[in-house]
Amino acid sequence: MAIEKKRLNCIVCPMGCEINIELTDGKITKIEGNTCKRGEMYSKEELTAPRRMLTSSVRIKNGMLPLLPVVSSSAIPKDRILDCAEALRGIVAEAPVRAGDVIMPNILGLGVDMVASRDMER
Amino acid sequence: MAKYYDVIIVGGGPAGLSAAYSASLNGAKDILILERDAEVGGILQQCIHNGFGLHHFKEELTGPGYAQRCYELIQDDPHVEIMTDTMVLEVRENHTVLAVNPKYGLMELHSKTVILTMGCRERTRGAIRTPGYRPAGVYTAGAAQRMVNIEGYIPGKKIVILGSGDIGLIMARRMTLEGCKVQAVLEISPYSNGLTRNMVQCLDDYGIPLYLSHTITDLKGKGRLDGITAAKVDENMRPIPGTEFNIECDTLLLSVGLIPENELSRDLGLDLHPLTNGPVVDQHRETSIPGIFAAGNVVHVHDLVDFVSEEAEIAGKYAAITAAKTAAGQMDPPAEDIPVEPGNGIRTCVPQHIAKTSNGEDVKLFMRVTNPMRNVRLELRNRNKVIVSKRLLVAKPSEMLAVELPAEKEQALRGILHVAVCEEV
Amino acid sequence: MSKKADVVIIGGGITGCAILYQLAKYDLKCVLLEKEPDIAAGTTKANSAILHAGFDAKPGSLKAKMNVKGNALYHDLKDELDLDIKWTGSVVAATTEVEMTTVKELLERGRGNGVTGLEIWDGDKIREHYPTLSPDIKGGLWAPTAGICCPFGTAIAFAENAVMNGAEIYRDCGVTSFNISDGRIVSVETAKGCFKAKVFINAAGLRADDIARLAGDDSFNIKPRKGEYILFDKSAAQQMTDGIIFPAPSKNSKGILVCATFDGNVFIGPDANDQDDKENTKVTYEGMDGLMAAARKLLPEIPVRSAITEFAGLRAVSDNGDFILGKSDKVPNLVHAAGIQSPGLTSAPAIGEYIADIVVKELEAEPNTDYVSGRPARNVFHTADNAQRAAMIAKNPLYGRVICRCETITEGEIVDAIKRPCGATTVDGVKRRTRAGMGRCQGGFCGPKVIHILARELHIPVSEVRKDRLDGVMYYDKDWKDGGNV
Repeated sequence: MAIEKKRLNCIVCPMGCEINIELTDGKITKIEGNTCKRGEMYSKEELTAPRRMLTSSVRIKNGMLPLLPVVSSSAIPKDRILDCAEALRGIVAEAPVRAGDVIMPNILGLGVDMVASRDMER
Repeated sequence: MAKYYDVIIVGGGPAGLSAAYSASLNGAKDILILERDAEVGGILQQCIHNGFGLHHFKEELTGPGYAQRCYELIQDDPHVEIMTDTMVLEVRENHTVLAVNPKYGLMELHSKTVILTMGCRERTRGAIRTPGYRPAGVYTAGAAQRMVNIEGYIPGKKIVILGSGDIGLIMARRMTLEGCKVQAVLEISPYSNGLTRNMVQCLDDYGIPLYLSHTITDLKGKGRLDGITAAKVDENMRPIPGTEFNIECDTLLLSVGLIPENELSRDLGLDLHPLTNGPVVDQHRETSIPGIFAAGNVVHVHDLVDFVSEEAEIAGKYAAITAAKTAAGQMDPPAEDIPVEPGNGIRTCVPQHIAKTSNGEDVKLFMRVTNPMRNVRLELRNRNKVIVSKRLLVAKPSEMLAVELPAEKEQALRGILHVAVCEEV
Repeated sequence: MSKKADVVIIGGGITGCAILYQLAKYDLKCVLLEKEPDIAAGTTKANSAILHAGFDAKPGSLKAKMNVKGNALYHDLKDELDLDIKWTGSVVAATTEVEMTTVKELLERGRGNGVTGLEIWDGDKIREHYPTLSPDIKGGLWAPTAGICCPFGTAIAFAENAVMNGAEIYRDCGVTSFNISDGRIVSVETAKGCFKAKVFINAAGLRADDIARLAGDDSFNIKPRKGEYILFDKSAAQQMTDGIIFPAPSKNSKGILVCATFDGNVFIGPDANDQDDKENTKVTYEGMDGLMAAARKLLPEIPVRSAITEFAGLRAVSDNGDFILGKSDKVPNLVHAAGIQSPGLTSAPAIGEYIADIVVKELEAEPNTDYVSGRPARNVFHTADNAQRAAMIAKNPLYGRVICRCETITEGEIVDAIKRPCGATTVDGVKRRTRAGMGRCQGGFCGPKVIHILARELHIPVSEVRKDRLDGVMYYDKDWKDGGNV
């Protein structure tokens, strides 16, 4: 029986809990140090398929500002973050926009939309 | 006759917006926000990353998203007037505010109360005395953040960041996502000054090296920056000769601390605290001049905007109450004053004093520790008795702590309230 | 095609600008060439900004003559050109008996140089006037005719008047070579083409020896001597000083002083270190530590946390330490105004007259009958009273938009600075003309806004706006996929 110990810093919220994980034969057998349920979920995901939220900005036509901030509707596989950021460099939105409007649907086929994080008037 | 406001709020960032919301909620009828930028929201508008609002809105928001939420709470409120593109030049003891904008020119505005919510500014290269040339390519992280996230320009292609505060870490990731190469983050302290989550998702995720106990000993390049020399520092934070190494870069971003912006407060003659660099306030966020309140980063630099809103709502509420009393010609008898004294392990605590009232409200104290520590107890002591105790697994100077003093215990206070950290036994 | 002029001045520091100002009073076509994007960008932008009384220089030297005369001329120029000058007086403070001897020598020397009003004060009288100073100060020399000014503002004022009177200033216009015929300069090749003239004036500061050599005159060398400074926030002034406090001087310099600036900041500095590199304006740990230690002898309590910036300037030191003024012995139509180190700022108006005199005689120039004195009025919001402010905004609403919050500088003033004669083209150019970015945030908030205003007014892209130097752009276009065309 091979027991492996891992330590993670939870990034779900600004608390930044330090989580200790024990794996037995590659399977998670113990999670300690998290102060909420989301920390446990984060730990499991971080060890198997880590994901991150992506925020960036895209150009916007006729907006009161030249850029529109956008955010992913859910977390994106960590290893695709830079590809997604690159893809956003080709996007131009058009004002007016409301917070939550989808600016780039299904980015790189990952099933995640990029949405406006604020209103932008003309 | 000139309008006589209940509350004038100086600054339309998250503190100002939250203060206005709360003032209105608590009965103020004529509230005016004066904002120097073209729109409200303050620095949040350039903080396009997420992680805001979990406490206050119970939802994870981006900076602009958080600003919008705050704005939506007052957007249609007939009692709240917003004047953007407006600079406040002077706040007077009698609650008169001198402001200027291109549309109305100079304005002398009269009010029953004023809430100061000017926020903070960044420490500069000068403040930390970095040797070397003074080329283009050296920016405070926040100035660069505005150019990148709002205006759409990048400060350069090869970046070094001095200081591991949150803005520095966030900018390390931002520049990477913009296609730039972040060569290193240097931190003079032996520990990071940012939130743990930002260490992980801004540096570790992209393999950006963090050099703790390091600083910059030379800036190269006469027109435009073309490199820096870094060196390890000793326990007195002085560079250790022989440890220097060069890093090629065209840009240096400085994230070396924030300072509450209190020029107006100083001119007004408010008592300022030497360590927070902000006005001394009581638990209602009333300053040393009656009817003048202050909240948010102008009082002490926060790491979470959620606490800024919480604090601003307190200020808004008591400004509204004070305005109503002023209108009714009521005067509170002077309250017994309890100084809050930071003891062992505590660097600063806000409020700095508690005006004993009988309003039956809990008092929340915000504090920062002097150095990183583990497994400690945070204690509030009065008359040699521990009246509140809270166990902390981890405490860091970069993360503000909050502790509640229940109303009934506030009522029993005498003399000085001591705040200290002690070893967990 | 080469451009033609009567006189070409090489170098747009305080000296070149003062000469241009004098020559513009004559019926001469004058051109000034400056290698940097702005005038007043070398030694003129980084010095102690003091108008010296004139007790320092060796009697009989050009420095002594020009200093005393220049100081007197500034009293009239202050009104004529609306210069930022405060006549504060200065003190040389001695902490030992040996230094008191030096102070007494300075008194004699000053009287010999024709400086008026000098007095020896005892320590108590000094502290009565300057209560923050050290109890160790035993006495010193009081010089009532000394003052503080804005050095780059002064150079710019000279330039503005000259341009109003038909002079031309070319910036980003470094000299590459001279075309010489029969030992005389026919024309000069620059980054902006060829300029022909009858007389060439070498006011190239640190590069004056290089320029002379380029024309075939190797009669002198200029060595850079670096001086570092630490500048403090206005809020520190009360704890520091509102005057000019020198220590007793050393061989190389007047020593590290504690001194107010025209706008109410305080600096300590400069030290004096000989260099080889004419561009070495680095600040160093050793320098900064040295300044602090030296300044504490005069002022025990230095509010270290109020430091807002550090900088270094280079003095242009000639072989014999005196100014080099007059016609070249080797090249008959080359006139030098070289080796201008302290008291160069004070001497500038006198040097301007002195050099102009040579040129006017040489070319038998007549007065410019259309000459206009003064310069366009400045609208300064932060020093105006509220009635004046209201009037400014009524005339132009941009005076109602504050861009630099630390110094309260409005958009109207920044646009003016760009549009004035010889206007700002860089971020630091705006800073030197308006003070936007001079305050405690050092351009953190207003920097991006100033860049946009410059781009808008100069009709250039944001990515071409420079800080100060030729290659010093500030921001780049983002790497948009389609080249940025929306």
